[in-house]
Amino acid sequence: MQLLSTDISLILEKFSIIVIVVLALLGIALYTTFAERKVAGIMQDRYGPNRAGPFGLLQPLADGIKLFFKEELIPLASNRILFILGPFIAMFTALITGAVVPWGSQLEIFDRTVSLTIAKPDIGILYVFAVVSIGVFGMMIGGWASNNKFSLLAAIRGASQVISYELAMGLSIIALLFVTGTMNLGEIVTQQMAGGLGGLLGWNIFMQPLGFLIFLVCVFAECNRTPFDLPEAESELNMGYHQEYSSLKLGFFLFSEYINMIVSSAVMATLFFGGYDIPFVDETALSAAWGNNIVAILGILMLLSKIVFFLFLFMWVRWTIPRFRYDQLMDLGWRKMIPLALANMLITGVVTLWLNS
Amino acid sequence: MQPLTNRVKVLEPKPLNLMERLYLPNILKGMMITFRHIFQKKATIQYPEQKRPFSSVFRGLHVLNRDEEGRERCTACGLCAVACPAEAITMEAAERKKGEEHLYREEKYAARYEINMLRCIFCGLCEEACPKDAIYLSETFAPANFTRKSFIYGKPDLLIPDPKEAPDDFARAKGQIEERKENTRKNLTA
Amino acid sequence: MSITQILFWFLSALSILSALMMVTSRNPVHSVLWLILVFFAISGHYILMNAQFLAIVNMIVYAGAIMVLFLFVIMLMNMNAETEPQKNKWLKMAGAIGSGTLLLVLVAALRDSELRGRTLEGPEGTIGLVKQLGAVLFTDYVVPFEISSVLFLSAMVGAVLIGKKD
Repeated sequence: MQLLSTDISLILEKFSIIVIVVLALLGIALYTTFAERKVAGIMQDRYGPNRAGPFGLLQPLADGIKLFFKEELIPLASNRILFILGPFIAMFTALITGAVVPWGSQLEIFDRTVSLTIAKPDIGILYVFAVVSIGVFGMMIGGWASNNKFSLLAAIRGASQVISYELAMGLSIIALLFVTGTMNLGEIVTQQMAGGLGGLLGWNIFMQPLGFLIFLVCVFAECNRTPFDLPEAESELNMGYHQEYSSLKLGFFLFSEYINMIVSSAVMATLFFGGYDIPFVDETALSAAWGNNIVAILGILMLLSKIVFFLFLFMWVRWTIPRFRYDQLMDLGWRKMIPLALANMLITGVVTLWLNS
Repeated sequence: MQPLTNRVKVLEPKPLNLMERLYLPNILKGMMITFRHIFQKKATIQYPEQKRPFSSVFRGLHVLNRDEEGRERCTACGLCAVACPAEAITMEAAERKKGEEHLYREEKYAARYEINMLRCIFCGLCEEACPKDAIYLSETFAPANFTRKSFIYGKPDLLIPDPKEAPDDFARAKGQIEERKENTRKNLTA
Repeated sequence: MSITQILFWFLSALSILSALMMVTSRNPVHSVLWLILVFFAISGHYILMNAQFLAIVNMIVYAGAIMVLFLFVIMLMNMNAETEPQKNKWLKMAGAIGSGTLLLVLVAALRDSELRGRTLEGPEGTIGLVKQLGAVLFTDYVVPFEISSVLFLSAMVGAVLIGKKD
């Protein structure tokens, strides 16, 4: 029985980290929906939800219960299996993206060094791209299986948007990979921690400001966030690919979007903002003084605060900038972002070669 | 098209300069504006706890008035029903019996007095038509309800609290009325 | 059986089953979805060989991009099981003979090739990792690699040309 001879404790360790990460993602996503409404409120000189519980903190629960008890509608003419599969794929892909993100360095629990990354594959960032490109299928299958012209059109609109911006995103990442020389997200973070001012100057944002800008814009497009939220423009484009969905399945679609936001914030923080690196602090000296665990936990909190900042940026932009027209969106993606990313790549490549020779 | 006047000014849209075409500086400008609004005063009035004060000429639900001794002032003359443009008021007159003097001020009174709040347009003409100061529009509005029937307000809904039984409630309602009356008079003379 | 072997048999069965389903489904959209599953199973095989880069590129390019374009076309053309034309009996026969011959050729080629007797690199292999693969691509196979890139470039230019025509 070779199967049983594998390291059971390793499996347990990974399993518990997976459970924690998934639950944390779900929990943060729950409160991101709340924060979105709150931010929208205060930016429009309102208060936002403040009735359910103290400061309205129970509002996401109320929303969840409401969605849960709504009537579950499956259109008669729809393709039943695919109709159910759509939101499932969307949710699943959103959740598994977090597998390669280094959430922290490592903890020491009961004489075991527990790495806070679920998986450290050699391909790292490419995994994120693969999962994102699969996430499109949730949208497409859902839109097609609804058997509704508007859903189908919205699904195709959304999918072509995601594919278009994936290109520019990939090109901007290639320039970053020239700098780092590795795709492994964990290694990218450790490289960044070595910079001056306690790691701050090592952050890739200083090496690749243009790359970050392109990446940021593409992330907005990939997550279907304003100003690129055409796949689900409720007011003018008939709601989008989840038009026929209701109850929990609609909730899955909406929720997966928020999880995508969180994970892409984490990826942005990891790639360009030093991940769990604490600026102005030398981690090795600190862990010698306070112990590894405390520094690791501080690192997790640092990453979380970076994620929160990016989430706020998402919301901030959403309540500031109006939606793009579809041709403007495509024009920006294909004729501005991709040439810009190519130029960035070229310049980075030349400079890297010149510095290394 | 031929211009109708000679004042037509033809506007040439200026070509965007580099900063404008970059688009990002303007996005940042817009984002700073929304960011400033985070710290600005909120316009919301948190309704059940806070209430916006009514304007002095607000016309709300009707009140049937009583005099100082708690007697109904209405004599069922029907002038309000005649004045009502929405035909929302119906009433039925009755003669005062012996021993009812403490209830009704004059010999004739309204046995039934109904206002259909779904028809009423809250114009206040009934108030102006009343010779006995018996009907006033107060500073409350009709609460929502599920049935049409519940919007037909009868005498129990309309009558002001008795000054002898509930002097506080009466004073509150009355105070509004006096103030309103004062305001109307001022507005009329002005 | 080790966990690798279990996974191997599972993925093989999955890929063959979904390939068959892809061929036999009446609904073109179902065919595409089964094909995506085939790509996933094949990516799984690559991962078993520790060819991570190949696995992930297979997923990004084939499952992610090309299949989405397939879906686009099929969904927009509104092809359903009902609209699928009934194929001629002779056409079916010709198809069966043609693909059978192709299979025969492939099997014969594999039988004679030097691959026989070589063992596969298992989960510990390193040739499929990014660094090694890149080194091999840009030293030993640099000419075919560049030629294929020229091919893609010309295809791209052609696409732009077609797109530009008003």
